[in-house]
Amino acid sequence: MTMTATAPHEHHEAAGFFRTYLYSTDHKMIAKQYLLLGLIMAVVGGFLSYAMRWQLAWPDTEVPGFGFVGPETFNVLVTNHGTIMVFFVAMPILLGSFGNFLIPLMIGARDMAFPRLNALSFWLLALGSTVLCVSFFVPGGAAPAGWTGYPPLSAKAEYTGVNWGLNLWLLAHAIEFAAFLLGGVNFLTTVVTMRAPGMTMGRLPLVIWQQVAAATLFLLSVGPLIAGAVMLLMDRLVGTGFFIPERGGEPLLWQHLFWFFGHPEVYVVLLPALGAALEVYPVFSRKPVFGYRWIIWATICAGALSFIVWAHHMFVSGMDPRLAMPFSITTILISVPFALTVFAMVASLYRGSISFELPMLWGLGFLAMFTTGGLTGIFLGSAPADIYLNSTYFVVAHFHYTLISAVIFGGYAGIYYWFPKMFGRMLGTRLGQLHFWSTLVFFNLTFFPLHWIGIAGMVRRIANPLQYEMVAPHQWINVFSTLSLLGLVASQLVFFLNFFLSQFRGRPAPANPWNATTLEWTAPSPPPHGNWGASMPAVERWPYEYSAPGADRDWVGQRAPTVEALLRGEGRA
Amino acid sequence: MTTMAHAPTHLSEAASRSKVAIWWFLASEIMLFGGLIASFVISRLGGGAQVDHSQLNVLVAAVNTFILLSSSYTMVEAFACAARGDRRGMRMFLAFTVLGGLAFLGIKAYEYTGEILHGFTPWAGTFWSFYYTMTGLHALHVAIGVIANAALCVGARLGTERPYRVEVAGLYWHFVDIVWIFLFPLVYLS
Repeated sequence: MTMTATAPHEHHEAAGFFRTYLYSTDHKMIAKQYLLLGLIMAVVGGFLSYAMRWQLAWPDTEVPGFGFVGPETFNVLVTNHGTIMVFFVAMPILLGSFGNFLIPLMIGARDMAFPRLNALSFWLLALGSTVLCVSFFVPGGAAPAGWTGYPPLSAKAEYTGVNWGLNLWLLAHAIEFAAFLLGGVNFLTTVVTMRAPGMTMGRLPLVIWQQVAAATLFLLSVGPLIAGAVMLLMDRLVGTGFFIPERGGEPLLWQHLFWFFGHPEVYVVLLPALGAALEVYPVFSRKPVFGYRWIIWATICAGALSFIVWAHHMFVSGMDPRLAMPFSITTILISVPFALTVFAMVASLYRGSISFELPMLWGLGFLAMFTTGGLTGIFLGSAPADIYLNSTYFVVAHFHYTLISAVIFGGYAGIYYWFPKMFGRMLGTRLGQLHFWSTLVFFNLTFFPLHWIGIAGMVRRIANPLQYEMVAPHQWINVFSTLSLLGLVASQLVFFLNFFLSQFRGRPAPANPWNATTLEWTAPSPPPHGNWGASMPAVERWPYEYSAPGADRDWVGQRAPTVEALLRGEGRA
Repeated sequence: MTTMAHAPTHLSEAASRSKVAIWWFLASEIMLFGGLIASFVISRLGGGAQVDHSQLNVLVAAVNTFILLSSSYTMVEAFACAARGDRRGMRMFLAFTVLGGLAFLGIKAYEYTGEILHGFTPWAGTFWSFYYTMTGLHALHVAIGVIANAALCVGARLGTERPYRVEVAGLYWHFVDIVWIFLFPLVYLS
């Protein structure tokens, strides 16, 4: 085991372009690499959704900038939009970027436990993203079997006419899983073994708890899907019959393996976003988080329950109907810890001195949108309602409300909040305001009407809604949703503009622009290699000491500033 | 900053990091094999993958099990030597462990050859699909362990300077053993 870096770092300023930006083992640079990769893949995934929605609004017309879609290409769009957004956007940004950036800085470590393994994780992910992008250009085109890859459709090349596209799609998953498995081991080892003196688990910021929970869920849930992916690849390449009925196989087995992973996976994406929001609320309401321990226990309970809810994705799959009741019960049970967390969030805001700075706007947006998505989850979790709503656009609306609230609202809350620490400059406020409000409005205009058209009977994965008599009268909803999507995409361009302009023109960020208490704000913005100078932080109190009675100001950091830092003028805003 | 930034200041720190990491890794491996084995068991209970005893040679597999278990014992001895700083002893026991792993793979390859020659290929039915996938994935893990142990044996300084490396390799090796302890009765005996 030679994974720990042993090279001295006093010469790091002299490092060349290659060592600084490409082969870097600094957790902060790796976090930026993840962020950039996630944003690039978001552009790809967003472009696919644009072509898809155009086809739904004006079926079989030429899509500007894309070309003709039609049913076969539509399947490719649906499949890869889902795959990219979940595995190559949400996970890189929320786990890869936030986890890498925040864990060492917030627990008081100089880097991750295995810095070179960390770089390997990122470059594996970059390789996986490349493989997925390449799959669009191989003969036969990219994978068309849905992001869930259900067999028998996915198990034989003859069924879809796509051979290498689907093999590469599976390969991209395998590489992505390897990347996040190594990354998860690194995250957990770092948090377990490298906390600063005094940083007990009971003083750990909530976002780190959520990252730990997310990494644990991923590590423990992905194994069966890797086994499933191996079996599916064997079916496709070797000719085994795990999932092919004519060879004695069982297609439902794949669905069980996929969703055993799939449900914890949505919490892998959700929890880091939840954590980012939980860091933002106390700072911008100047008030401690309400129910710190309750939130941690709720997360642990929800994580444990997430392993026994998976069959709620399969109520209409033909599995033994006797399973529907127990899985309905566990599913509805899992809303209890999440409701507890949401109430704790509301209570954290209650009677605080709320200031609507940009991170707070996104944080509040997360709360509102996630609750909306969570409420429709109660409908879908109960088998009788789900049998009607399954595979309709009601489901599409539901998971976009939950996942977009996490990835976009929670993700932007984190990006706007930590951008000053990451890049040493403040993000522009005016463009930021425009970005938030237009995203909020267009997001709701795009996705809320999809609930209605779903209830009206429009099912997922159809390329031309006009062919269905019961859907055709509601076609205006498809047109309206697509037009709103154009607005949603345009709003993100505002963000990209702001992001790049602020890199150069943004106001230089002080060490602690938000008067926040956690350790990352005691390091310079941006922190140098090694994060702190000669003196490492020692932790004296929990992370949410806001408006404490008797203190001379409304926040007290997790560590009292060291003498050296005071002399350099750091540590005080 | 004049000190080495993230070099472990104590051997014990590096040791605990590596051990925590390998345990988390093994937890995910348990889920990988667990998913595969559970799929097999469920398929059998549902009548899909009935064990075909006509071709499986229980005696050969039992000998193989004995070899693999013995190699876990030599691995323990190798770590004990590494912890004492006894490089020669560590080398010898690691070499035995590597030999045990290679013997296991050789015998497994012999079994595969016989089965395939009789027409029992991976596509000869659900049981054979599971058989080759489960034992093949296990054999892949054995091969990786053999490579790791051989590396520690050749570069013996790696092991005696940092005995935890042998311990970590050992934890992995024992895990591979335990997986076989589940596979052997499930595939051959029941």
